Amino acid sequence: MNVIETTNLHKTYEGAVPVKAVNGVSLQIEAGEFTAIVGPSGSGKTTLLNIIGGLDRPTEGEVIVGGQDISKLSNNQLIDFRLHNIGFVFQAYNLIPVLTARENVEFVMLLQKRSRAEREARSQALLEAVGLGDRMDNRPTKMSGGQQQRVAVARALAPKPKFVLADEPTANLDSHSTANLLDIMANLNRQEGITFVFSTHDQRVIDRARRVITLEDGVVVSDIRREENPVPEA
Amino acid sequence: MLILKMAWRNLWRNRRRTLITTTAVFFAVLLSTLMSSIQLGMYEKMIDNVVGFYSGYVQVHQAGYWDDQVLDNSFEATPDLREQVLATRFVTEAVPRLESFALAASDEKSLAAQVIGCDPEIENRLTQLQEKLVAGTYLGPGDQGLLVAQGLAENLKVGLHDTLVLLSQGYHGATAVGKYPIQGLLKFGSPELNNNLIYLTLPEAQYLYGAPARLTSLALVLDQGTQAPRVVKALQTELDTAAFEVMDWRGMMPELVQMMEADVGASYVYLLILYLVIGFGIFGTVLMMTQERRFEFGVMIAVGMKRLKLAAMVVLELLFINGIGVLAGIGATIPVAAWLKANPIDLSGGEMADMYADYGFEALMPASLDPTVFINQASIVFVITLLISLYPFFKITRMDAVESMRG
Ligand SMILES: Nc1ncnc2c1ncn2[C@@H]1O[C@H](COP(=O)(O)OP(=O)(O)OP(=O)(O)O)[C@@H](O)[C@H]1O
Ligand SMILES: [Mg+2]
Repeated sequence: MNVIETTNLHKTYEGAVPVKAVNGVSLQIEAGEFTAIVGPSGSGKTTLLNIIGGLDRPTEGEVIVGGQDISKLSNNQLIDFRLHNIGFVFQAYNLIPVLTARENVEFVMLLQKRSRAEREARSQALLEAVGLGDRMDNRPTKMSGGQQQRVAVARALAPKPKFVLADEPTANLDSHSTANLLDIMANLNRQEGITFVFSTHDQRVIDRARRVITLEDGVVVSDIRREENPVPEA
Repeated sequence: MLILKMAWRNLWRNRRRTLITTTAVFFAVLLSTLMSSIQLGMYEKMIDNVVGFYSGYVQVHQAGYWDDQVLDNSFEATPDLREQVLATRFVTEAVPRLESFALAASDEKSLAAQVIGCDPEIENRLTQLQEKLVAGTYLGPGDQGLLVAQGLAENLKVGLHDTLVLLSQGYHGATAVGKYPIQGLLKFGSPELNNNLIYLTLPEAQYLYGAPARLTSLALVLDQGTQAPRVVKALQTELDTAAFEVMDWRGMMPELVQMMEADVGASYVYLLILYLVIGFGIFGTVLMMTQERRFEFGVMIAVGMKRLKLAAMVVLELLFINGIGVLAGIGATIPVAAWLKANPIDLSGGEMADMYADYGFEALMPASLDPTVFINQASIVFVITLLISLYPFFKITRMDAVESMRG
């Protein structure tokens, strides 16, 4: 089943010289994928992810997420749609500085109006899953970049989204933290069946993906699937 | 709940900025409340001076008397009327007077004077007239002498125990002439009163003016001055309004009310400037804060927070900051105002003092603890806060997550 389906997506930024950031992308992403969007800087990775995530609107083309055409939603409907369907991990500064790790994870569930019991149980389980069971009451400023990104992954999963979008989640991390975050994401993908779509420049991250979509100048130039989910490094 | 918690914690994120903003609000409130408190204190004193010591908060006259203050517009003082008035809520005393003008003549000079026939004992309860006595003896029932204001006596070149002739037109055109010994001298702070007043007992005045049992006014003493409008209303339904008019001090002294209102208007200009300065100061920090936190706001909107909720959080933050400043400002003003109320600033000797004397006021500047002063200033800061909040509010409600999160 496709969780994401785009047809002939275009995004043009008007200006003195119009930029065709995305220039006719048609993609299908199925539930359970662990997919990397790669390509040189300026190739349109962020733009594509933003459109798929309902953060941005295409100039042309269709985006169907979980069977719903999201280009038809109003701005406020889009916010709600994102809240209930998509988990986000950004490059950095994902977390709300005044909230602890646990409160950051609970934040989206509070917006979803989940019960207190559910929020507490789920935030604890998720933070333990990303290896931060002992850091739940720390504020982001008291955590390393890698730890912050792991909290961001936990937060992304908290609302039980259909998939997680991560735009260069490891760009600000050292290689050890990068490997660690990838392990966590890969495990969640394998064991819980969570769908991940992430963009990256980093060859070590690309190597971990089961599907690699390469963009150049807003166009998909290659789309490679690998049968095996590579075994995480020890 | 969530936004309350986040708003509160955000306050402590940039402590220095919060402290600066709160301090600015604190001083604005301190200055403005203190200024208003002193101003109102001065008015309360003025009103006390004029109303409390002379006119009373409410007066009852023959209909038409106030516009045409002549003896022919006097009324008959029946015991019933007095009872009726005294039975009215908040009224504690009704001071009878028969007032008119007369030419006061000594051996050397004659001058116009304001002659007040009064019940010495009841009069004293309103005006503390006896305390104004600087020489001689106060009027007793049956006394036939005069109490003359010092300035007038000096101008007439007369002293205690000298004789004055009063010459006037009485009730219904009768000729009024009488010769009286001066049995006491009075000293008033107001030159206007000090150069004009002559007191004698009511029966003597009624006899002089050929107006037995008649009064020109009943001045009412209230236990709460603020109840004057209610007393007026009550009496207007109680009494025959074709025969009587009931007025409060505002109605009787529109110039005084006007002067105070003009003065308040002028002080609003200062307050406006003060609040503009503070307002722009706060606006600057709000501008900076909104700019600095754009990325963070972007993330929150991206993960599913409604813009309206986010905007509400930021407005709450501002309300917290300013609320603390307002409370602290008022908290600091109250003891200062209380002290100034008990120990008024003495203006005597200054330029202001002369001006005050011209109006017949003592040159003292007490503060007021009237809650409206504090409520007003707090409300103004609240409104300014809301106005300033409009900026982040509109900024956030139009925010685009992608735009905000881009570098
Ligand atoms: N808001 C915008 N206005 C104008 N041009 C934009 C805007 N956002 C992106 N672009 C342009 O669109 C193109 C694609 O940008 P995008 O950020 O999607 O690339 P990217 O693949 O994510 O690059 P990077 O690897 O550097 O993050 C670039 O040429 C960029 O300059
Ligand atoms: Mg990018």
